[in-house]
Parts: sequence; structure tokens; C-alpha cells
Amino acid sequence: MQPSSQTPSDRQQPRSLADLFIAFSVLALQGFGGVAVVAQHELVERKRWMTNGEFVEEWAVAQIMPGPNIVNMSLMIGARSFGVPGALAALAGMLSIPLVLVLLLALFYSRYASHPDVTGAMRGMGAVAAGLIFAMGLKLSSAMKTNPLGIPLCIALGTACFIGTVLLRWPLVYVLLGLGAVSCLLTYRRLKP
Amino acid sequence: MIASPILAMHPTDWLSLFLHYLYLSVLSVGGAITTAPEMHRYLVVQQHWLSDAQFSSSIAIAQAAPGPNILFVALLGWNIGLNSGSVAAALFGLCITMTGILIPSSTMCYLAARWGHQNSHLRAVRAFKQGMGPIVISLLGATGWILVSAHGNAARDWPLWLLTAATALIIWRGKVHLLWLLAAGAILGWFGVV
Repeated sequence: MQPSSQTPSDRQQPRSLADLFIAFSVLALQGFGGVAVVAQHELVERKRWMTNGEFVEEWAVAQIMPGPNIVNMSLMIGARSFGVPGALAALAGMLSIPLVLVLLLALFYSRYASHPDVTGAMRGMGAVAAGLIFAMGLKLSSAMKTNPLGIPLCIALGTACFIGTVLLRWPLVYVLLGLGAVSCLLTYRRLKP
Repeated sequence: MIASPILAMHPTDWLSLFLHYLYLSVLSVGGAITTAPEMHRYLVVQQHWLSDAQFSSSIAIAQAAPGPNILFVALLGWNIGLNSGSVAAALFGLCITMTGILIPSSTMCYLAARWGHQNSHLRAVRAFKQGMGPIVISLLGATGWILVSAHGNAARDWPLWLLTAATALIIWRGKVHLLWLLAAGAILGWFGVV
């Protein structure tokens, strides 16, 4: 992969709503799990709709906001060129074809759901899916090394959150508004200039 | 056979489902998957609209398909509709959960995007972003845990737990494409190894 040394001046623009729709469909269809990696490649290196620096900035905002990062990202890029219609075109591209595929997969599964081999295969895939989510957590946890809270506080807050959610079955709102607020306030104090 | 609860969904039930997803959308910092434990609590434990098996197979199918993982939300709505008796209801359920999970977060993101660009160095913005880190990561762990503990019989299910742990280690430390692991999981399950 050649280093991308582009400047904002040779940045391209999406040509039309259809262009946005197709670009995000192509992007989504390549994304088995690791959509972020595919998004960087398609948007920065192939389409040249943004530089690497801009990608990082947009991604940070997509993460701050609720909702799936990649969905937020697509609507922000669509909106940048074409406003609300652009956001909707990008969102539709991201979701519509994958939605049809996932439904076909589900229909296929429900037809054969009683077949013991298929049930077994789904058990196996379910176990792998759980492992993928753990792995995502483990990968992201490396970012906590540079968190202003420090590693011990991060572990304490994470453990409290896990116990509350899994063992005590707290509704998510208590976790986010309670522990989340504590965590954000502590971070705010540590960030004091 | 999956023991699916057979449902009579009333209009008020659909409305509660929609409102619950609107509310989950606002809370879904870090992606909809972090609200999966709450969806499980509401849909499976509290309302009995879905079985445990339907819940975890919805997540597994969405992971196996290309595209954003958010589509597991569509499958949950689809399955609730199927449990209440028809494909039309399933399509309706899908629309309810997907519009519910998307409208609030997308609107907020759209409105906040420009503001966020101009103020990304504000202390409050950084405190929020970095402060939510440990919570968001821990919620991913909780989601994995709930998927695993649907298989709660240690004597019978330990190979499944081993597969989960091995997957987590391989993806965390290695460079194997996750599709290979999903395929391996399907094959192991098909032949009754796990």
C-alpha cells in the first residue's frame, strides 16, 4: 500500500447522490466485522473523498455520538456534500443491500433451524461471534493506556460496569448515566489545564 | 426445534417496542452492540418476546453477513414479528426496531457534526469522549458474556467456551480474517465437536 501523501487540494467530491449510495454499498459489502479498516481504504485511498487526518477527525465525532460509528460516519460524509439528502443516500447505501442479505441468511436459517447440524453450526458461530466481541473489547482496551484516568481507575470503572450489567442486571441507563457520569467527571478533573 | 414463544403482539406492545428502541438509540454510545445486554434484558427476560436462542442467533447471523453489525437489530425485530405469526408482522417488526434505533442517533449525529468539528478541543468534549472509554469497553465484555452464558451447562458446553476464548485470543493477537473463524465455528458445530 503506497503512503497517502495527499493534500486537501487533490481531494475529490462525491459527484451525486447515486455516487454516494453506490460508494457506501460497496464499502458495506466488503465489511465483515472490520468495517472501519475498509472505510479508511475506500474513502481515503480509493475515492479520495477525505485525507487521513480528516478521516480521524470525522471518526472521533462519529464515536462521540450515540449510534453505530460507521453509520454515523456515512451520514456525516453524505451531509458534507449534499446536506440531508446526501446523508440519507449514504445511509441507504450503507444499510439496504446488507439488510436484504442478512434477511436471506435469516430465512435460510429459519427453514433449516430444526436440522440438528444447522443448529450445531449456529452454536459454533455464536461462540465465535462472542469471541469476536471480546476481541474487540481487548483491542480497544489498549487505548486505555493513554486515557487520562490512568489504568487502575479504568479497570475499576470497567469492572464496576461489568458487574452492574452482567451480575446485577442493571438497566443500561443507570450504568451510562451513573458510572458514565462519574467517569466523565473524573476525566474532566484530570484534564484540568 | 427452537422453543419460540408464540406471541400476540398488541398495538401497545409495538409502541412500547418502538419507544424502547428510540431510547436505546440515545444510549448507544459506542455502537448499538453495547446496548445488546439491555435489549436482552428487555426482549428476552422481561417481555418474553424472544427466546435466548433467537437472540444469540440474530447476533451471529448479523456477524456472518457483510455490512454494519447494527443489522442484528433488524433481525431482532424480524424475529419478534415472526413469533407473532406472519412475514408481514416480521417486516413490520424490522421497520419498528430499525427506525427506532436509527432516528434519534442519526439526528443527533447530524446536528452535532458541525458543532463537534468546531469545538473538538473543548475540555468537556474531550472529557466525555475519553471518560466513556472504560464504560464502552466493559459493555463489549458484558455483551460477549451474555452470548456465552446462553450456554450455561459447564459439563456440556465447555468446548463452546473454549472456542469463544480461542477466537478472542486469535483475533486480538493474530491477523486471521474473522470470516475464517466464523466458518471454522460453523464446521465445528456442524460436526458436533462443540
